[in-house]
Parts: sequence; C-alpha cells; structure tokens
Amino acid sequence: MKTFDYRKALTPEAAVETFDGETARFIAGGTNLLDLMKLQVETPDKLVDISRLDLASIDEREDGGLTIGALVPNADLAADPRVIDRYEVLSRALLAGASGQLRNKASTGGNLLQRTRCYYFYDTGSRCNKRTPGSGCDAIGGANRILAVLGTSEHCIATHPSDMAVAMRALDATVLTLKRDGDRRRISIHDFYRLPGDTPHIETVLDTGELITHIELPKPPSGRQAYRKVRDRASYAFALVSVGAVIHIQERRIARAAFAFGGLAPMPWRSQAVELALIGKAPTRDTFEAAADALLAEAKGFGGNDFKIPLARRTLIATLRDLTEH
Amino acid sequence: MQFTINGRAFEADVDIRTSLLDLCREHLDLTGAKKGCDHGQCGACTMLINGRRVNSCLTLAVMHQEDEIITIEGVGDPQGLHPLQHAFVRHDAYQCGYCTPGQICSAIGMLDEIKKGWPSHVSADLSSPVFDDQEISERMSGNLCRCAAYTNVVDAIREVADSAANDRTADEKDKVMADEVMA
Ligand SMILES: Cc1cc2nc3c(=O)[nH]c(=O)nc-3n(C[C@H](O)[C@H](O)[C@H](O)COP(=O)(O)OP(=O)(O)OC[C@H]3O[C@@H](n4cnc5c(N)ncnc54)[C@H](O)[C@@H]3O)c2cc1C
Ligand code: SF4
Ligand code: FES
Ligand code: FES
Repeated sequence: MKTFDYRKALTPEAAVETFDGETARFIAGGTNLLDLMKLQVETPDKLVDISRLDLASIDEREDGGLTIGALVPNADLAADPRVIDRYEVLSRALLAGASGQLRNKASTGGNLLQRTRCYYFYDTGSRCNKRTPGSGCDAIGGANRILAVLGTSEHCIATHPSDMAVAMRALDATVLTLKRDGDRRRISIHDFYRLPGDTPHIETVLDTGELITHIELPKPPSGRQAYRKVRDRASYAFALVSVGAVIHIQERRIARAAFAFGGLAPMPWRSQAVELALIGKAPTRDTFEAAADALLAEAKGFGGNDFKIPLARRTLIATLRDLTEH
Repeated sequence: MQFTINGRAFEADVDIRTSLLDLCREHLDLTGAKKGCDHGQCGACTMLINGRRVNSCLTLAVMHQEDEIITIEGVGDPQGLHPLQHAFVRHDAYQCGYCTPGQICSAIGMLDEIKKGWPSHVSADLSSPVFDDQEISERMSGNLCRCAAYTNVVDAIREVADSAANDRTADEKDKVMADEVMA
C-alpha cells in the first residue's frame, strides 16, 4: 500500500473542503477502497475519513418515501422494518450481497461506488483501460466469465458488482450530493452511472470530490417485489445474473413493471424495452419470453460469458413466473 | 494512537496504513485474530467493534480510536471460557483451529443480530425470521473453514443459541442428547 495523508471530517462541508487534488479519496466502510489500495489498484495520496459524519439515519418523508443517509450500513438498511415493509427488493438485494461482517461495515454510498470485480482490473500486471486508461483490455479475449454482455464497449466489458444498486434502479432512487463549491445536486439513479465507451475509468457523473450525502426512495410502488440472484455458490459470492423486480397486476394484466439487472452490464441495467413488453399484457409464458427477447436483443457474449445470455433469459422468466403466480 | 481493546487502554505508534488486524497482531501482541486472506474473503480476522462483527483486515486502525474493540482474547480465557468456546470444544467444531477465533467472534455478533430480529437471505418472511440450521449456515457464510468443520460449527452455535433461548443449560442439553443416544 502506498502511504497517504489521513484526515477525518466531522461534517459534510468539512469533508468536501478537505478533499483536494485528483487522487484524494473519501473512505467510508473501507471494504472496497482498502482492498484495492492493498493491491495498489487505488493509490490515493489523501484519505478523507467520512465514516463519522452524521449521515447514518433513515428518515421518513411525507409521501411515505425514505431518505437514507450515505453512511447507513448495508446491514442496518436491510433490517429496517420500513425498508422490509415498503421496499422488499432492496432488503433482499442487500441480504444477498457479501457477508454479515461486510454488511456491518459497508455503507450505502460506498456500495453504490464499489468498483468492478474484473480479474484484470485487480491485477496490476495486466492491461486494463479502467485502471490505466489507454493500456488495453485483457478481459476481451481473456477470462471474462463474470463480465458483461450488455452495454459494453471495445474498451471495457466490466460489470458493476453491486446488488443494492440494482434494487435502487428498480425503485427509481435519487442520489443527493454535496459538491466542493458547496452546491447540492439531486441525481436520478438512472442518470448516475456512465457506460464505459472510450472512458471506462469514469463510472459515474459525480465530479471529483463530490460527496454522496443521501439516497432518496420515492413513495413505495404498489404490487409485488423480488430480488433473484444467481451465483457460483449459494452465499457470499457476487452475482452472475440478478434481477430486481417490481410488478403490479390489475385485472389480470400487468399494470406496472420495473425491472433492473445485475451481473449483465457495466452499470445496474434497466431496460425500458422489457417493461414495454410487459405492460398491458397478461402474465403468460409468451409475454415473459417477449420480455426476455427485449432484454437480450443486443446482448453480446465474449466467449467465457456467453452462458449469461440464456441464464439471464431463464432468470428473468423465473422471476416473472414467481411474482405472477398466486 | 490510542485504542480500547478488550476493555483495556492501549497506545501504539504505528504507520497510518496499519489495519486493525495488523495493529492487534503485530503491535499489541493480540494474536488470536488470524489473517487468512487480508481481503475480506475468509472471516478469520473477525472482531467485534462496538458489538458488531467486522473484518478487521479491511479497516484502518486509525479509524477506530474511539471504539470499543473486542478480540477473541476478550471473549474468554482458559479459566473462564465463553459458552460458545465451551460449545466449540464439546462439538469438536474445528480441526486446525485457524478459523476458530473468527468463527466465535462472528457467532457472537450473529447471535446478537438474531436477537435484534435481523433477517437473512434465507428468511422466507423478512419480518419474522425463523431460526434454524439453514439460517445459521447463511449467517455464518462469511467465515470459511479450510478443514470444513462446518457441520460441527453449526451444531455448536445451535446449542448456545437454543440454550440461551430456552434458558436451558448446555449440560442438560448434553444429557438429553446422551439419553437419546442411550435409548
Ligand atoms: C469478499 C467480498 C464480497 C463481497 N460481495 C458482495 C456482493 O455479493 N454483492 C455486493 O453488492 N457487494 C459485495 N461486496 C462489496 C461491498 O458491498 C462493498 O465493498 C461495500 O458496499 C463498499 O462500501 P464501503 O462503505 O466499505 O465503501 P468504501 O470502500 O469506503 O468506498 C468505496 C468507494 O466509494 C467512495 N465513497 C464512499 N462513500 C462515499 C460517499 N458518501 N460519497 C462519495 N464517495 C464515497 C470511496 O471514495 C471509494 O472510492 C463484497 C466485498 C467483499 C470484500
Ligand atoms: S473489462 Fe474493463 S476492467 Fe476488465 S480488463 Fe477490460 S478494461 Fe479493465
Ligand atoms: S483475513 Fe480478514 S477476511 Fe480474511
Ligand atoms: S478448523 Fe481449520 S480452518 Fe477451520
């Protein structure tokens, strides 16, 4: 690990003020950042410790929505009775991720910003455009079993590994931030992440030193919710494919559908085409097949990860079947 | 830097990069917590920070100067074993023992999470999880055991959890089990 200057911030304002230079980093739970620092994938010259900021509460809003502080641990968020009651997909997604120990430390903000698990990103001896822009991508043509089939570019085919972020997309969350100049922003989760294109090292629309302060969940959606995760072992493993789903059936027709996917793309993936294929239709096998066709129309495998395309189809159909059966 | 570990005050002059795990093992002579992977993947380094189980390899010592830290040394000692330590011995819940300090600290944190009503990935109803062996396995999945003593680990934890729940002593439970074997 490269050494660094360490500063603890006690207020969000102090945190953004203390953050200077391109290579400073905020540290919250540290479960992703320190992992990467040990391998010198991340080499910040300054760490701004935000773990003690007063942003660890979950507050009720008038419309029945919730405002979640960026430092609420993943474990507390998953176990909050209001989250269980109104946003089951979020509890389920969090509980499907990592381990009890990690969820106790991992923060809501840090979870959104965790980096890919691409093997070559982690291995500083490999070429990786995300780690070292312009160096190439050893995953294309390499071991890419865990990588993306949607939204890739010729420069990067990494997946975003978060389970929580998939649920946040299905729930239309909003990210609240504080910038270094003191401005505050509200960013829809749908606009928060960026596809790799030719700049895979830029993953979100956040500016340098922009602090996530909260995540807002809108009024709870009606209908049923589910999170289905397929992985190599039954626990403590990242998703190969996951589906976060909200579906509302009225008079035997699908009235509303919000589907987001993990393990398939460089960002938690939401597809309007899937939802258009479902809304207004009866929940039948044909409808589900059409939704899967819509999801995967542009899917492209890279050899090792070809299996994700049929796996995603089956996972989506199984999720739809479970949610629409009585 | 100043720390409170197992109820004792410590002072140490360490490099800013020092993890909580390395602080304890390399500087404070608290070598109970083990380093398996140093990347949050095995749970051998599990400690309790303010009562919550965490991987001590993935956090910086400097970030925990205001916290109450418990390592396996603070859980019990040969003169006064913690009920979980007793149960691990009784159930033969280890072979080499390398993962055991982490397993026990993790189990203490886990039982407290159950007491708070926290659900898990395998809970059918998130609002009222049922406490069975599958729940123990899922909740302990952050602790790997190369010797694969898993079934006995589950038995040991189960015994302590049951005896706490039923207020039945572990000895009685042993007797019941012995009677069952005799019958
Ligand atoms: C073995 C292992 C298994 C795992 N399995 C899973 C899994 O199955 N599913 C899953 O979803 N995750 C998994 N994780 C990842 C885990 O969820 C993340 O490490 C965690 O959520 C990151 O949160 P943190 O608070 O520790 O972030 P940190 O490590 O502190 O920070 C991560 C990044 O976010 C930035 N950051 C943090 N907070 C803020 C903020 N408020 N504003 C701006 N920037 C911020 C930091 O600068 C850093 O770049 C696993 C991790 C490990 C080690
Ligand atoms: S897929 Fe992306 S993260 Fe992986 S090696 Fe290629 S550029 Fe790096
Ligand atoms: S040493 Fe910390 S999890 Fe393996
Ligand atoms: S007893 Fe040997 S690793 Fe668990």
